[in-house]
Amino acid sequence: MSTTDLESDSPAPQTSSMRGSGRRVGDSVFSYLSVGSGLLIFLTLAAVAIFLTSESMPAVIASQEFSGTSEFSLIEVTLPLVYGTVLASAIALVIAIPISIGIALFISHFAPRRLASGLGYMIDLLAAVPSVVYGLWGGIWLVPKLEPVYVFLNTYFGWIPLFAGEPTAPMRNLASASVVLAVMVLPIITAVSREVFLQTPRLQEEAALALGATRWETIRTVVLPFGRGGVVAASMLGLGRALGETMAVLMILAPGATFSLHILEVGRHNSIAANIASKQAEASGVDMSLLIFTGLVLFVLTFIINALARWIVARSGPKS
Amino acid sequence: MNVRQNKLVSLAALGLVGGLALAGCGGGSDEGNGGNGGGSGASDNGGASAGGYAELTGNLAGSGASSMQNAQTAWTESFMGLVGAEGGDLTVTYDPTGSGTGREQFLSGQVKFAGTDAALDEEELAASTEVCNDEQAFNLPVYISPIAVVFNLEGVESLNLSAEVIGGIFAGDITNWNDPAIADLNPDAELPDLDIVPVHRSDDSGTTENFTEYLSKNAPDAWTHGPIETWPIDGGQSGDGTSGLISTVEGGNGTIGYADASQAGNLGTASIQVGEEFVEYSSEAAAKAVDVSPREEGREENDIVVELDRTTEESGVYPIVLISYLALCGSYADSAEGEAVKAYASYIISEEGQQAGLENAGSAPISEELRTEAQAAIDGITVG
Repeated sequence: MSTTDLESDSPAPQTSSMRGSGRRVGDSVFSYLSVGSGLLIFLTLAAVAIFLTSESMPAVIASQEFSGTSEFSLIEVTLPLVYGTVLASAIALVIAIPISIGIALFISHFAPRRLASGLGYMIDLLAAVPSVVYGLWGGIWLVPKLEPVYVFLNTYFGWIPLFAGEPTAPMRNLASASVVLAVMVLPIITAVSREVFLQTPRLQEEAALALGATRWETIRTVVLPFGRGGVVAASMLGLGRALGETMAVLMILAPGATFSLHILEVGRHNSIAANIASKQAEASGVDMSLLIFTGLVLFVLTFIINALARWIVARSGPKS
Repeated sequence: MNVRQNKLVSLAALGLVGGLALAGCGGGSDEGNGGNGGGSGASDNGGASAGGYAELTGNLAGSGASSMQNAQTAWTESFMGLVGAEGGDLTVTYDPTGSGTGREQFLSGQVKFAGTDAALDEEELAASTEVCNDEQAFNLPVYISPIAVVFNLEGVESLNLSAEVIGGIFAGDITNWNDPAIADLNPDAELPDLDIVPVHRSDDSGTTENFTEYLSKNAPDAWTHGPIETWPIDGGQSGDGTSGLISTVEGGNGTIGYADASQAGNLGTASIQVGEEFVEYSSEAAAKAVDVSPREEGREENDIVVELDRTTEESGVYPIVLISYLALCGSYADSAEGEAVKAYASYIISEEGQQAGLENAGSAPISEELRTEAQAAIDGITVG
């Protein structure tokens, strides 16, 4: 299937330059196009990185860390935001991953074929709902519904730091934001996991069954180990979406800037993207630059997580 | 083969991570969502500036405060309707970039007028000569908006509140609705034994600034944080934008917040103590607050900036208002541009324009007296 095969396969040149050169032009045009598309990714990424870096310089220069005299400190502004962003995304993943794996396994191994494809469509549909709609739904409908759950958790499990504190209605807290984020990342993780599970070698599964394994044992010993890398990758993809999600968080969360563990308390956390969106309308000068700096931090954060995920996938990939 | 495909899936998935995370940053924050500037049926009297619309052509761009976004939408649409009806061809746009950005763009000549919550100061006026054909720019108060203190308290429809009490509530010192300080002002109301949940704006906002300025002028002991744009107290309930704040107040019981009066909806609104009486917000009472306030001193005749008298005790004045200004050049080099600006500004301050603001954004129409002065300032713009 390589190009050398093609060339050696082709019959002796007929010196019909018209045909030959025509094909070559097509080939080279296509090759330029695809190389160009590839390069475009780098260019775009570089343009974003350069923009973020250069525009955030004024804030860096004016900051306490750099000038020593300024009113604001980069670390004090940025760290709580990073904390809130990572915490919200992590909780969203904790909620979404088990459910996603469950759905994916159901679709790939348990559901009748018809139901499976219908369910697949539904999941994909969930991914197509715009985040503003999730924000509206979460803020208006879901938040009051979650209130009794939070009160229950707070009353009986208040000894766990996560559920401690004093929640006040309306529950525009980090937990609500995380629940909505979980719903939003669910379809991504499910879709990718399902594809991976479907690729489990038939022979291995049948071998397991032949050895007397039950369906669950087959899944545990064959499907899950085979799909581990894919599930991790899917989760990281979901994490990427959760980290950068703006509108839903903005519309649900009553923000604050602390390192509180109390996810049921209102006004304790905020995410980088939501903070940028809420502040940028009236920001100018150094304030704007500071917002862009937090954007740069999110950019770097995403890269780190991306790299981490690649490393995990490489390590935990299926042993062949 | 399967293994390889599996890896490919993983890699493809990873490649998308970055893209999605970045896509998230692009989400705009459209403030408010009224914006139904339906053109208010372009009535056929052209007001003071009738005629001349036929000659207006080209593009006129402005930017600035998001507070007057809904009003500007109504103004641009109905003004363009009027111009079009007379055979002119002018496009007016207003980009709600925020006050600070609006002033920057105005002073760098990118836009020909700006909307701003804070009037251009001396330094900015001096800088304006570079883009204003060697004349100074000036400010006109065109958008007066009452800020209502809204609350959601079962069984209580109206409340009387003083600056002291409001300050105490928002500073977190008065924490229960049956607090004697509130009960004293409302002898007839049945106040429940319920925690007060103060709700503030989570974004930086001119509404917050005007609200806290009122508090710090009238109750400096109860509200010690001064006039601020960003909420100074950590934690607490909040909402993004006016709509977010309102939905937060609606979502709880015992909540209290402050918002553009036009957006208060079904929520209870407090009457504010002024002198000995309690004043319910209304556009007349808000406009009156501007009328009883002195002009800021040391400014040119045409530069109309109001120094809001927050502590007035005059009867029938609602003191919690927000004023947004229109920043214009004293002179425009391009005559088509200058004529367009003059016509548009005249329309905004006209009775018709102010009425459109009231209908679409709930702003308070400016008084006749202020209109006369503003019109004189606009007429003073030199062109060409």
